[in-house]
Amino acid sequence: MAHALVRFGLGRKGAEPAPADPTAWLREQIEAPDPIRFPSLPDSAACLTTLREERAMRRENPPAASTRVRDLLRAETSAQMQAAMATEAPFRERLVWFWGNHFAVSLRHGGVAAVAGAYVREAIRPHVTGRFADMLLAVMRHPAMLIYLDNVGSVGPDSPAGLRMGRGMNENLARECLELHTLGADGGFTQADVTSFARILTGWSIDLQGPEPGFLFRAGAHEPGAQTLLGHRFEEGEAGGRAALAFLATHPATYRYLAGKLATHFIADTPPADAVDRIASRLADTGGDLGAAALAVVAERAAWQPLTKLRTPLDFVVACARALDLREETMPDVHAVLGGLGEPLWMPPLPNGWPDRAADWAAPELLMRRIDWAHAVSGRAAGADPVQFADTTLGPLLRPETRAAMERAGSRRDAITLFLGSPEFQRR
Amino acid sequence: MILNRRTALLGLTAAVSLGPASLALAPAGTDRRLVVILLRGALDGLAAVQPYGDPDLARWRGALLLPEPGQAEGLLDLGGKFGLHPALGGLHELYRNGEALILHAAAGPWRSRSHFQAQDDLESGAAQRLASGWLNRAILALPPPPARGGAAGDAVGRAVAVGTAMPLLLEGPARVASWAPSRFGAPAPDLYARLAALNRSDPVLGPAIAEGVRSRGFATRVMDEDDGSALRERNTFPALAAAAAELMAAPDGPRIAALEIGGWDTHADQNARLAQPLRQLDAGIVALKSRLGPLWAGTVVLALTEFGRTVRANGTKGTDHGTGTVAFAAGGAIAGGRVVGEWPGLSEQALFEDRDLQPTTDLRALIKGVLAAHLGLSEPALAQVFPDSAGAGAIRGLVRPV
Repeated sequence: MAHALVRFGLGRKGAEPAPADPTAWLREQIEAPDPIRFPSLPDSAACLTTLREERAMRRENPPAASTRVRDLLRAETSAQMQAAMATEAPFRERLVWFWGNHFAVSLRHGGVAAVAGAYVREAIRPHVTGRFADMLLAVMRHPAMLIYLDNVGSVGPDSPAGLRMGRGMNENLARECLELHTLGADGGFTQADVTSFARILTGWSIDLQGPEPGFLFRAGAHEPGAQTLLGHRFEEGEAGGRAALAFLATHPATYRYLAGKLATHFIADTPPADAVDRIASRLADTGGDLGAAALAVVAERAAWQPLTKLRTPLDFVVACARALDLREETMPDVHAVLGGLGEPLWMPPLPNGWPDRAADWAAPELLMRRIDWAHAVSGRAAGADPVQFADTTLGPLLRPETRAAMERAGSRRDAITLFLGSPEFQRR
Repeated sequence: MILNRRTALLGLTAAVSLGPASLALAPAGTDRRLVVILLRGALDGLAAVQPYGDPDLARWRGALLLPEPGQAEGLLDLGGKFGLHPALGGLHELYRNGEALILHAAAGPWRSRSHFQAQDDLESGAAQRLASGWLNRAILALPPPPARGGAAGDAVGRAVAVGTAMPLLLEGPARVASWAPSRFGAPAPDLYARLAALNRSDPVLGPAIAEGVRSRGFATRVMDEDDGSALRERNTFPALAAAAAELMAAPDGPRIAALEIGGWDTHADQNARLAQPLRQLDAGIVALKSRLGPLWAGTVVLALTEFGRTVRANGTKGTDHGTGTVAFAAGGAIAGGRVVGEWPGLSEQALFEDRDLQPTTDLRALIKGVLAAHLGLSEPALAQVFPDSAGAGAIRGLVRPV
């Protein structure tokens, strides 16, 4: 049971009761509706309106720069981190973070900050137990992705707008969608496919000016003519783009690539090939049902081999907060904390998102900082006996040598630092 | 060295996890310094080093062209054919002093236009991802530290990764330190020691934490001797470069460092987006020179990127993923003031796959030339560092004779 909490969840929260049947507990989270709501956060249309107004203010009065987008981002990170720290459906939450990283956007690109939070809430979260094709379409139409991978200004050179203004395409989104979101780098596409897909996606843009800013298909910027992608013909127009995305979402190479990523995330850095095969088959048999795929991962015997994965800094921070029962507001500026630990929230360096293998997170200095931060939060542990606390959090996964080191520690704080810095807590 | 709580850390952790303290950061068997800067995201070689003398450039680049040398905010001339981007003023100064060299129209043996595959290949030094990085293999090939006569393969203290990540470039059998400015207060040294012991049996965490404790002890000691610049507190590239130079300048410090800087993936508004990372890179190279002081004379800095960008500007005033690009080699040891490599031209038929700058030099030829002449690697060692690279013979004459 302790294993299910760390492998598929976010670590035990305080002394919450341990579910008796781990598989049933995981299944319920997939089958029940998402318990998390964000009633106070604005939708992406409102976020884009804020962005538009802030830009206008900046033009009129540059020195008195508004902080509204920054405030919006802070509210988003705070609410979404708090959800992870408090949720009673942590498996579902892990899937939200997993798919959000699969379809990574980054605050390193200007303009994304206003909609990064809305992106996760609108394009990722509603689909984590739904169909992959629906998630893909929601992502590709979302302003955050269209801004991040530069598709908003991609204009077909032979479209009316292209001919009038002498403008053209940008193939960034098309390439990364094929390589990172669907088929995978080994999915058998060529440069010609990238170019064709970029033509298909011309005109997939956003409207920032209207009363309801958001996705806009700019027919006048769309490259005329049918296109060939992986040997299949797609008609011109928005419908052709939708058809191409539906085709990519259900392609066997896509299922295989997604299965490999899921298995690497939940089973092991190098997952068994037959496990990947079975998860891919489940995706194929269900037409890309992501809830079914998640349960296929749970059904793998290898997924129950304990502590094969290293927690990323985000997992580690959330697991510490849950174990110590800290709330987001008691951890001021969690963004700076995650930045210091090497995984600033929604800010991966490149569109492939954060890496998912132990070696990628085992830079010596990075691990030293985990220890430093663990030491800082250990000072906030409440009155419980540290060894009891460790027993509650990890159960049978706690090793005798860690228990012995904790018993010998000179202070409650040192004992908890030793626990949070132990390999059994840093792994999951 | 002032003895304080933090300096005690080095001796303590060395004793706990490594045996003799003297091994912790033994000097490598070379006095030469090598810094490798990875430019992640694909630098547009035609913008960084614009071939303004090429008659075909203007038809492809239109609005992306920078003013020619001599005009306001114009290119910095490199001898009549090429001009450096105006954000690279420091590098231009080095070039004019004969301390910087540019290889143009270069590419590695890979032809992927995927950032991620190509960066893996660049760091592996091969046309596919290998289990270790070429710089790690180069460290293994260095002669052992003379005074200690260390066991074969003992490369402790020879190299440091600066920043919070450990790049594939430095992964492999040779042990490598890492350093980045810390932001959190630290517990007492013996708690680290106990944590290192608790983690010792973990195949990943054990060695990494032992190395973290050791390099921090070293870094703290070296940094204490510095006059305390606020620069290193910040996580900017010039600050990290300055910190790398400080670590490398210590007599028993690492001889080899790797850094990385992103911001090059300029699919849109390239002219507006490219100046900032170029300025950061430029300031970082200048910081390396000033902090290394007299050691700069024995230093080589390589700046390498995974591939170049399309010759044609795209429809959003940017460029897409391409092939041939530039590489920079700077340092007092470089026989510079030259642009090397055969220029393929930019006529329609000269382009690679009708879109990219045709590569004419294998990037590995530049790196091998530096490893051979600067660090003394033999031909067999170079063949280990870069497997299947017989076709990419080391470029001769890159480094000044000692």
